[in-house]
Amino acid sequence: MSLHTLSLTEALKKLEQKEISSVELTEAYLERIKELEPRLNAFVTVTPEEALRNAADADRKRAEGISLPLLGIPLSIKDNFSTSGIRTTASSKVLDDYIPPFDATVVRRLKEAGMVLLGKTNMDAWAHGSSTETSDYGASKNPWNTAHLPGGSSGGAAASVAADQTVAAIGSETAGSIRQPASWCGVVGLKPTYGRVSRYGVVAMGSSLDSPGPITKRVEDSALLLQVLAGQDPMDATSSPTEVPNYLKNLKKDIQGLKIGISDDYFEGVHEEVKASVEEAIKTLEKLGATIKKIKLFHPKYAIAVYTILQRAEVSSNLARLDGIRYGNDRSYFGEEAKRRIMLGTYTLSAGYYDQYYNKALKVRTVIIEDFKKAFQDVDVIVGPTAPTTALPIGASEGQSMFGELADVLVEPSSIAGLSGINIPVGFSKAGLPIGMQIIGPQFAEELILKVAYNYEQENPLYLKKPKIGSSA
Amino acid sequence: MNKISNNHELQPTRYVPVIGLEVHVELKTESKMFCSCSTQYFGKAPNSHVCPVCLGLPGALPVPNRIAIESCIKIALALNCKINEFSKFDRKNYFYPDLSKGYQISQYDLPFGYGGFIELKNKKRIGITRVHMEEDTGKLSHLELRDGKASLIDFNRSGVPLVEIVTEPDFEDALEVKEYLQKLQQIVRYLDVSNADMEKGEMRLEPNISLRESSAKGLPKYKVEVKNINSFKFVEKAIEYEVKRHQTILDEGGTPAQETRGWDENKQRTFSQRIKEDAHDYRYFPEPDIPPIITLADQLSTLNSSMPELPDAKLERFQKEFDLPYYDSEILTRDKAIADFFEEAVTVGKDHSISPKQISNIVINKKTDISSTLPAELIKNILDEKKILALDEGELESAIAQVLIENIKAVEDYQNGKEGVIMFLLGQTIKKLGKKVDTELVREQLKKELKG
Repeated sequence: MSLHTLSLTEALKKLEQKEISSVELTEAYLERIKELEPRLNAFVTVTPEEALRNAADADRKRAEGISLPLLGIPLSIKDNFSTSGIRTTASSKVLDDYIPPFDATVVRRLKEAGMVLLGKTNMDAWAHGSSTETSDYGASKNPWNTAHLPGGSSGGAAASVAADQTVAAIGSETAGSIRQPASWCGVVGLKPTYGRVSRYGVVAMGSSLDSPGPITKRVEDSALLLQVLAGQDPMDATSSPTEVPNYLKNLKKDIQGLKIGISDDYFEGVHEEVKASVEEAIKTLEKLGATIKKIKLFHPKYAIAVYTILQRAEVSSNLARLDGIRYGNDRSYFGEEAKRRIMLGTYTLSAGYYDQYYNKALKVRTVIIEDFKKAFQDVDVIVGPTAPTTALPIGASEGQSMFGELADVLVEPSSIAGLSGINIPVGFSKAGLPIGMQIIGPQFAEELILKVAYNYEQENPLYLKKPKIGSSA
Repeated sequence: MNKISNNHELQPTRYVPVIGLEVHVELKTESKMFCSCSTQYFGKAPNSHVCPVCLGLPGALPVPNRIAIESCIKIALALNCKINEFSKFDRKNYFYPDLSKGYQISQYDLPFGYGGFIELKNKKRIGITRVHMEEDTGKLSHLELRDGKASLIDFNRSGVPLVEIVTEPDFEDALEVKEYLQKLQQIVRYLDVSNADMEKGEMRLEPNISLRESSAKGLPKYKVEVKNINSFKFVEKAIEYEVKRHQTILDEGGTPAQETRGWDENKQRTFSQRIKEDAHDYRYFPEPDIPPIITLADQLSTLNSSMPELPDAKLERFQKEFDLPYYDSEILTRDKAIADFFEEAVTVGKDHSISPKQISNIVINKKTDISSTLPAELIKNILDEKKILALDEGELESAIAQVLIENIKAVEDYQNGKEGVIMFLLGQTIKKLGKKVDTELVREQLKKELKG
């Protein structure tokens, strides 16, 4: 039995039944990380000492009869989550030696739930991108083919899960940063409703959009993690007071009578192989009792314009605190992409342009929110491809300042509307690269989209297929 | 020659000063505007009152202080403002080392209060443009060290709640400004939302000054802002200085530069700090970390009903209710604590037929220390003095008669012109009476007897 292939649910069971110890489990993952990191570069910082200490502590607690939701479970956390005493770079050299004195709320909740921290995963610097190629610590590689990108910005997180370097990962999505890399790496990625999971301590990208969430091997694992992460946080004024349901309670119920919406615009320009796999998956859902309904949504291209303006504006302001006075490295350490975004955001907020850009984008955002609301009067969920293509080769993002927006065209509308969404693997291309489908739900419909995803996963358990990780091309 | 000089003397009437004010008031909430750090930073070790939020560390988020918002709305209500039911915070983006996030959380187009006024004694109304909430910055100190210059940043003040009160350019002289400021200070103290202590920087003033030709309409095309003034007296002097300075420049055909100036108390003059070429572009946009603040009608009416009686109303009531002259009422209501003390003393005094005017006389003339005296004690003191006056006449006469008999020698001395000896006889009489008495009364009676 190889411990590193265990899903979260399986690992928990073995820990609870004392078949394995957390130290054994942690050691297996640390070993795996050590073995694969030269080829994958999924981590910016690995924390073996911290991990083994956490694991020993978890084992002691379990021996004392203490039971916690994630007791002894090794996890990786994206490097934009503040971790007290552990450097947090957001994959930018500006924060190369920044060690936060506090934990992000997500990290605190995970610690309280008993997790073991394996390390901090690589990402696009400041989460600016969909490839990890903007990371100052080098791009991560796709475990299914190391000549390809894992996607981003939570690329390291998705790769670490796909390569079994961790039980599960915590990522964050502004628009696509969980779902798109999950799709490219063939894993489950849940982007919760904006405000469902606290942003406190997450290095801010687009403050009105950022949503932390889990990336896991299986759907049930995502439900389990969301249970720990979700809930109002007194430290985040935008976190929602909406009650947190028990995400496991209805997870395994069927989807008889579920109404699924499909919009043709979301298949436009999508790679044939991706399209075919997603269409096949929709048929599977139909077979499971769902009815399919064609719906008309605003074309995703409007969302790109809105997203680009809002996000750049927020970025330009959020990164202003890195003024070269306090964080070690000065502003010259900002990469090309960060500089581009700061300049664009600064421009759109400038006197005389505010109404033309930012204010207009806010208005269109409201229109898009209403558009989805209208759609959800007729259907329960909307499904479609997560990304237009499978993982692109390394170097694809170079010189493409809108690379992220094109890779994320299908996830940006639901992101700017603050909706819930999940990616699940639905197939592989001929080249052996994973294909993902997204299930979009209304705000706070995590319970529902998890159930749909679970039902599909039972029919098509692609998690059984593991990448053979070769040496880098 | 004479004529020219005369002309020059007359010239002040050619211009009317146009003065507006920006006042920052630091609230006395327990915790800061967006985090739970203590606001009691004054005199504390640098950077000892800080956390990830007020240090602006990556990922830290602001959570607005409800008490501070309520205090801001109370100030707005007290200044006769309309309240924006839908309000929000905005980011004001600019770089400065004392600004931990690279932006200040402030309010742009939807301040909590707008369109109010303060009425001066002469019934002139000074328009209040807006009352908004923002956060304070850290503090820089520039040092000369052995190996060069250094600037140190103390973030203890970072995030302390500030209310900014902006007026219309309605002031025409320094005295109006001074009266307005005293009144504003009095109001925020009445509301108990700020100590507004100028020396501690809890109230900061920024007048902007220009002159227009008395015949011209509209605002002048320049404006001079004076910063870093820490007393009402200095603001008066700075405005007077500026008015004269502008006048001289205008008389010579020039236009004063659009700039920010500081006040130098030692040299008794203003000095240029920064030339403002264009309005700074702060790239305001709605603070995405804080949802809009909605003040519902019933919340507003709760706030309204929690408002204390304000100085103007109290002044009027004191005159009416206690039949006091304006002079007394004005002095008694300057400080709410004194007004409260007075009213309580009036209530106690009522049972002993002591009039409000009697109490007012004592409080004002004797400058009663209200921190060490209770209103009831004040009344007791008044009553004690009254008791003395009510000394029995027969008792006094017989005491004096006895003393005079017992001290014939002294009586003779007195009658022979050694008038100082009366002090001895006075002492003996008081001793005989054996209680606290009105010395003056005894002395007068003694004199009468000695003469008789």
